[in-house]
Amino acid sequence: MLRFIATRLLQAIPVIFIVITATFFLVRAAPGGPFDDEKVVLPEVKRALEAQYKLDLPLHEQYFAYLGDLAQGDLGPSFKYPGRSVNEILYSGLPVTAELGLYALLIALVVGVFAGVSAALKPNTRQDYIPMSLAMIGICMPSFLLGPLLVLVFGIYLEWLPISGWGAIPGDKLLPSITLGAAYAAYIARLSRAGMLEVLSQDYIRTARAKGLSEWAVVTKHGLRGGLIPVIAFLGPAFAGLLAGSFVVETIFQIPGLGRFYVQAAFNRDYTMILGTTVFLSTLIVLFNLLSDVTAAWLNPRLRSQFKGGS
Amino acid sequence: MSEPVSLSAQSTGGAVDVLAHAEQGSSLWQDAWIRLRKNHLAVVGGVLLIVLIVVALLTPWIAPYSYDAQNLDLGATPPSAAHWLGTDVFGRDLLTQVMYGGRVSLAVGFIATAVALLIGVTWGAVAGYIGGRTDAIMMRIVDILYALPFMIFIVLLMVVFGRNVLLLFLAIGAVEWLTMARIMRSQVQSLRQQEFVEAAISLGLSRAAIIRRHVIPNALGPVIVYTTLTIPSVMLLEAFLSFLGLGIQPPQTSWGLLISYGAETMEEYPWLLIFPGLALTITLFSLNFLGDGLRDALDVRGSKD
Repeated sequence: MLRFIATRLLQAIPVIFIVITATFFLVRAAPGGPFDDEKVVLPEVKRALEAQYKLDLPLHEQYFAYLGDLAQGDLGPSFKYPGRSVNEILYSGLPVTAELGLYALLIALVVGVFAGVSAALKPNTRQDYIPMSLAMIGICMPSFLLGPLLVLVFGIYLEWLPISGWGAIPGDKLLPSITLGAAYAAYIARLSRAGMLEVLSQDYIRTARAKGLSEWAVVTKHGLRGGLIPVIAFLGPAFAGLLAGSFVVETIFQIPGLGRFYVQAAFNRDYTMILGTTVFLSTLIVLFNLLSDVTAAWLNPRLRSQFKGGS
Repeated sequence: MSEPVSLSAQSTGGAVDVLAHAEQGSSLWQDAWIRLRKNHLAVVGGVLLIVLIVVALLTPWIAPYSYDAQNLDLGATPPSAAHWLGTDVFGRDLLTQVMYGGRVSLAVGFIATAVALLIGVTWGAVAGYIGGRTDAIMMRIVDILYALPFMIFIVLLMVVFGRNVLLLFLAIGAVEWLTMARIMRSQVQSLRQQEFVEAAISLGLSRAAIIRRHVIPNALGPVIVYTTLTIPSVMLLEAFLSFLGLGIQPPQTSWGLLISYGAETMEEYPWLLIFPGLALTITLFSLNFLGDGLRDALDVRGSKD
């Protein structure tokens, strides 16, 4: 197991390195310098600015300087907001996005697992068809459509919930979390249904039933452990998806989180900010993929023994 | 020896039966077709999809108004007899906008998927067929690319190189080929052990000919299923980028862009949000139901999810 984790960690390092390198050169390859569209910049001022941001150095020296800063956890200054470092901006956005993602994930897990498992217990009945049709709607209804529709119905027509903001008015966290979590609830429902159906037809479940365990005990003690492995394995990719989804949800609901900063940086062509955010988010995504792979392997006895065998 | 005898022919038992079935040509594809027709949702999805494609192809001739016709005096009006889906703030007919937007959205979906298909199938087929060290290196490259957070990279590409439609096709296609390569490789690996491939080798066919004539046609099932499910995810990606303002740019339009305009003015003119959203959702529905139906019909995975 340790060996498996170590191998996966070692695989993650080149990936993160590729991300840093590719992002750095992509951003530098962008046409036009970051200060070209400032309206009144004297040549001397521009040169001073470029010196401050190390843009006057040769490209490879800039690259190594950036790597050196990164190794110390320094993502550099922001081009657009002088005096603020990328680190500061990220730190101010991270807790908001983390909270939003956490609520969305909780909604997705609770709703998704409940719907999927109850569908799997009575396949091909109404208890199966209704949640699974809703799940299909959830998958086909993108967040950038669901969000505005929820705002329209619950915010504008019914006036039950606030339509934007984060933490300012009670209840304003509800709509963004639902918007972000809905599609994942749908995926998780489908995955847990399929996983549970497969597990419930296994011999060891028949054994558990034969020895007289209650249906509740069979499902919770024996079924869920195996049946939810696909869900756990899905959480890694889901994390990446949630981050990307936060771009949209934070834009719709005007939430000051990482996703909104990233989209704003993209529009402002704030290159250090884009670079820093990309590196930061990518590293997070790679680490979460690792975490979900390891958890899925740990839960799956077949995989576990395989890794003990040292492959 | 082009196609293996179907399972249903074998299960009826008796050599005569098998021969009779083989003569009728009850192939894998015909069995799949029969199974698919029984799946009503998949049939509805397929029919809707065909209608959408035909409408998209004929749009320049059948659209009720011309694409850039404005009527500033009219402004935004709700659905009426003259404008079935209403008009936007510039007095443009929404039905016309949705039809032209659908052309772009569908084109992105199909072309980017085709790019993914071409790269992925070739990559997977070569890796799986040659095997050994080449396979190990090729699949390791896929593993590394798999771990890259591509969503963020596409946003980055669109920012750095401007919002270019061609780049959008390539960028999305470049993300989606990875799964295709994995599926193709596992198919090819199991196929190359089969007798008819060995027979082809012993007949002295070249590697390229074997891959083209025997391996690819027989590995098609899972590839078709995955292709059908890739198209909606690509369309979703395009709409996502366009919604953020990083995808399709005016004067062109797409469903994602129309939804983003609609979301801005939904308080006063909700139809501008609802109809483009409906168009996108129905299309995604059709493709997903068709894909699920094909997966069951071609029995790509044992269990249904």
